[in-house]
Amino acid sequence: MSSTLPNPVPAVSPGSEEFWAATAEGKLLLRHCDDCGTPIWYPRPFCPACGSLNTSWFEASGRGTVYTFTVVHRSGVPGYRDALPYVVAYVELAEGPRVMTNIVDCDPDQVTVGMPVRVVFHDTGQGNALYRFQPDPSAGADR
Amino acid sequence: MSIRGKAFIAGIYEHPLREIPDRSNSQIHAEVAAGALADAGLSFSDVDAYFCDGSAGFGPLSNADYMGLRLTHVDSTETGGSSYVVHVGHAAEAIAAGKCQVALVTLAGRPRSAAMGGGRGGFGDPTPDALFEGLWGMSGAVTGYALAATRHMHEFGTTSEQLAEVKVAASLHAQHNPNAFLREVFTVEQVLDSPMICSPLHRDDCCVVTDGGGAVVVVSPEVARDLNRTSAKVLGHGEAIKHAENGRLDLTYTGAVVSGPRAFEEAGVSHADIDYVSIYDSFTITVIETLEDLGFCEKGKGGRFVLDGTLVAPHGRLPFNTDGGGLCNNHPANRGGMTKVIEAVRQLRGEAHPAVQVPNCTVALAHGTGGSIGARMGSSTLIMGTEDA
Repeated sequence: MSSTLPNPVPAVSPGSEEFWAATAEGKLLLRHCDDCGTPIWYPRPFCPACGSLNTSWFEASGRGTVYTFTVVHRSGVPGYRDALPYVVAYVELAEGPRVMTNIVDCDPDQVTVGMPVRVVFHDTGQGNALYRFQPDPSAGADR
Repeated sequence: MSIRGKAFIAGIYEHPLREIPDRSNSQIHAEVAAGALADAGLSFSDVDAYFCDGSAGFGPLSNADYMGLRLTHVDSTETGGSSYVVHVGHAAEAIAAGKCQVALVTLAGRPRSAAMGGGRGGFGDPTPDALFEGLWGMSGAVTGYALAATRHMHEFGTTSEQLAEVKVAASLHAQHNPNAFLREVFTVEQVLDSPMICSPLHRDDCCVVTDGGGAVVVVSPEVARDLNRTSAKVLGHGEAIKHAENGRLDLTYTGAVVSGPRAFEEAGVSHADIDYVSIYDSFTITVIETLEDLGFCEKGKGGRFVLDGTLVAPHGRLPFNTDGGGLCNNHPANRGGMTKVIEAVRQLRGEAHPAVQVPNCTVALAHGTGGSIGARMGSSTLIMGTEDA
């Protein structure tokens, strides 16, 4: 079940150091364009909407809805293959981007497209955490 | 400048094996190259252009060396499984521009016998997208296609039964192909009863994993005229990259919405003119979305379109993948674009299996998909005709 998902350590690359450091403090950062204002995903110091190199971080709300998902019943991925079944999803953040992630703290059979979710962080033990999403009861939507 | 009628596919060859534990990739490239050249009535010394994907070695250098090719034009465009459809289009462009006369395109790989390199051919640093998408237990290509299938079902009411019809149609064709990896005829119930891999995709919604490869030879009209072999005329080609759109990705359509119209326009044909289609079938959902995007039915109606034997040769409304496709016959190197071109040429030559040969097949379409419709992908559409088309 989802509580046993592995927490693989992300490879921190140039341009994503602050993003991953913030996860250790329970913050989900997004980059946005200082010229056209578009939120950027995946994080990169470049705006694919207008081509600007002027970008900066801001803290996302951590809320969103499930855009799509799959319940994985067979997996060859180390760690994950011992945690079947689990849910891989794209969550549409309130800020716009659709972000690949896991849905956790929920029976996989209960996940639906459109379900409100909020971010939770799973510590990797290496100074950062994975952003996953759980059902968001405060959103008050029907599930 | 249009490529219509400026190039011909004179030779094709699909490796007959599906499990090849004892040969190098380069050897398989050379075997399929020899096969396609022999089919055309040409030899290695006639080849002046070579096309391969990024897994073939150090671009085109390794195989040019292995096969002793003397080349004045090369292209190693890498768009995953759609690469070889792109290569035929690029070969036709190069021939039309007078850059070459005889272009060899090859594919080989052994995912059944030996682990393939990781993403991007296993070379270089991981790209930034991979750093954010490699953390969540994506288990091979199926997970991304499942994400697309869920969304397609949500928006359009597509059902698992409709997806299964695609496998059934492919299997009805594969039963006639002695080399097919799966020759059994599937029922919708069998597909639905097969193990769930990534919901909503079952095992039998997925293509086969096979070793092998294939090759095609594209030649100028002057070369084609002198050969004692029926060629397929290249009529039109389109290609496109669809990506995650800065995180605003829409999984209900593919890059075929761009590559398809461009190919039709160049070919100067309409949908009603198409007698046969090879549609990339890594998964059943790939076929449904691609048929919609190519305009064979309305967006969202692909599931209904494939019911009632639409795709079944020879008499369905739109016969597809008469070799059994990637779903049943062959998906060499985990890449199905090459076999899509090959079966379309067989149909245009009238050399498909008699049980699935489309009568009077004069115009055919082959479509390749590469990468993942769940994130970023290449699409390539090729329209071909008989020599007098």
